[in-house]
Amino acid sequence: MSATSILDVRNLSVRYNGTTCDAVKDVSFTLGRERLGIVGESGSGKSTIGRALLKLLPTAKVIADKMRFEELDLLSLSERQMLDVRGKRMSMILQDPKFSLNPIQRVGHQVAEAYRRHFRCTKAEAREKALAMLDAVKINDPMRVYDLYPHEISGGMGQRFMIAMMLLADPDLVIADEPTSALDVTVRLQVLDILDGLVRERGIGLIMISHDLNLVRNFCDRVLIMYSGHMVESLAARELDNARHPYTRGLLAAQPRIGGSRKPLAVLDRKDDWINAVEPTA
Amino acid sequence: MTTYRLNGFMRQAITILVTLLGLLLLTFVIGRMMPADPVRAIVGEDATRETYEQVFRQLGLDRPLWEQFLFYLRDVLTGDFGTSIRTGRPVIEDILHVLPATIELATFAIVIGAGLGVPLGVLAAVKKDRWQDHLVRVFSLMGHSMPIFWTGMIALIILYAKLGWVGGSGRMSQFYIGMVPEKTGFLLIDSALAGQWDIFRSAINHLILPASLLGYSSSAYITRMTRSFMLDQINQEYITTARVKGLSNAQTIWRHAFGNIRVQLVTIVALAYGSLLEGAVLIETVFAWPGFGQYLTNNLIIGDMNAVMTCVLIVGIIFIALNLISDILYRIFDPRTR
Repeated sequence: MSATSILDVRNLSVRYNGTTCDAVKDVSFTLGRERLGIVGESGSGKSTIGRALLKLLPTAKVIADKMRFEELDLLSLSERQMLDVRGKRMSMILQDPKFSLNPIQRVGHQVAEAYRRHFRCTKAEAREKALAMLDAVKINDPMRVYDLYPHEISGGMGQRFMIAMMLLADPDLVIADEPTSALDVTVRLQVLDILDGLVRERGIGLIMISHDLNLVRNFCDRVLIMYSGHMVESLAARELDNARHPYTRGLLAAQPRIGGSRKPLAVLDRKDDWINAVEPTA
Repeated sequence: MTTYRLNGFMRQAITILVTLLGLLLLTFVIGRMMPADPVRAIVGEDATRETYEQVFRQLGLDRPLWEQFLFYLRDVLTGDFGTSIRTGRPVIEDILHVLPATIELATFAIVIGAGLGVPLGVLAAVKKDRWQDHLVRVFSLMGHSMPIFWTGMIALIILYAKLGWVGGSGRMSQFYIGMVPEKTGFLLIDSALAGQWDIFRSAINHLILPASLLGYSSSAYITRMTRSFMLDQINQEYITTARVKGLSNAQTIWRHAFGNIRVQLVTIVALAYGSLLEGAVLIETVFAWPGFGQYLTNNLIIGDMNAVMTCVLIVGIIFIALNLISDILYRIFDPRTR
C-alpha cells in the first residue's frame, strides 16, 4: 500500500487557538489512488482534516508525526511553497456554491483563474481551458454561461463550476468537503456522477468528507469514521455493515429504511470510551 | 431589461425631484421660523413704522405662507436667491466665491483621508490582533479624538512658525493676493491657467497642512469602517476558495475580498466627503480659510437669512448629488444591483 500511496498521515492533531481541546486528535491514515470517505457528525473534525492537509488553518496549531503528500513533506513546506501545491496538486471542493463563489466576479473568470495561477498562458488560452473543463462537467452552452455571475446560476450548476475550477489544474488529490450537502436531492446524484467520472478518468485520489453514510458507502472504496476528533474505525466501504465500533454500529442502526419498521429510530447512547479506536479490519 | 433599467432611472429622477422639493420647503420654513426679523435687518433699529410696513409688504410677508413659498420657488428656479444684507450683493455670487475654496480643501482632504484610511483599514483587518492592527487602531483613535482646532494650532506652530515647511494661514501668501485673475475660483486651476507657477506652489503650500489635518481626521473613520468591512469578507467561504486555488494572501485580499467592500466604501467615503464640503468651520477659522463653513457660520450669527437658506440648500444639493454618484457606482461595482 505505502508504495503507491499518495498521502500518508501519522498522528495528526489540530488545536484551534484559544481552545483547550484538540479538534482532531492523533488521526492516521494513508490514501492510494482511491476514494476515501471521512464520515462523522458535525464538529467531529472531518472538515478540519481537509483544511489541515492544505495548511489553510492560520488560527490553529497543527502537529503530526508525519504528513507526506507524494514526495512532499507537508509539515516542512513554507507558505510560499504551499502556494504551488494548492490548486495545482491538491485542491478542495467546498460545500455551498452560494458562498464559495465570489459574488461579484463572472463564474467563468473564476474558473480560468485557477488555471492562470499555475500555468504561464494568455487570457485566451486560460479561457479555452476553462471552457473545455466546463464542457467536461456537463455544462450546456459553456460560452454563454461563462460570463454569468454566481447569483444568475443554480446551485447544481454552481457546484459543477466549483468542480471544474478545482480539477482544471489537474491535481493528484481532491478533497471534497460535503460537496452535495447544499444541493437538492434531485441534482445530488448528477453532480456526484460527474465528480466520480472525472476522478476515475484522471486517476485522482479523492477524500470525500460527508455525514451521509449511504453516499459514502456507494461512492467510496474505504471509510474512516470520526467521532469527537478521533478516528474510531477504518474499513472498506463494502464492509460497512460489519463495522465493529459501537459508534458506527449506532449510526447504522439509526438509519431509516424505506419500507422498514415504523417504530421510532434507534438513538445513540454515547459512551466516554468511544474515542478509543478499534483495530482496523483490513 | 432595458425597460426595467429605464424605469429605474425614471424612478431615480422622480425621487430626486421630490427630495429637492422637500429640501426647498425645509429651507423656506427655516427662513420663516428663525427668530430673526428680516425687515428689521434691512431698515435698521430706528426706522419709522411706515418704512417698516412698506418693506414688510415689499418682501411679500403680508401674503399667505403658501403664496410666499410659491414666490420663493419661482425665485430659486430663476436663479434669484436674494440679496445678502451684509454685503449687499446677490447671495449666490458670494457663495460662488467661497465654495471653490472649500471644494479645493475638501477634495484634497478626502483624497488624503481615503488614501490613508483604506489601505490602513485593510492592513488592520488582515493583521487582526497583531501589532500592526493595534498600531493602526491607536493611530486612528488619535485622529478621531484630538480636537481639530487644537491639532491645527499645534501643527501651525511647529510646521509653519518653527520649521517653515508649509505656508501659514490663508489660501496663499499675502503677497500674491489679487494677482491671479479669478476664472473658476479654484486657486490651483486659476493660477495654473494663468501660468503663475509661483502662486500655484504657494497655494499648494498653504493647502497641504489643513487638508492633511482634515484628511487625517476623516481617515480615522474610514480606517475603522474599512477594517470591519474587510473582516466580514475575510471570513467568507469564497476567500477559502481563492486560497485553495493557490492564490497568495495578498492576491486573495486585493483580487477577491477588496472588490466586495467597494460598495460599502463608496458609501462612507461619499458621506465623509459630504461633511467636509459642508465646511470645516473650525479648521477654516484656525487657518483663516475663506470657505463655505465660515461663510455659513458668520451669516447664521448675524441672521442674514437669504444667505443661510441658500447655504442649507446647497449642502442639501451636495448630498443629493453624492448619493446619486454612489448609486451609479453601486451598479458598476456590484452585478447583483444591476
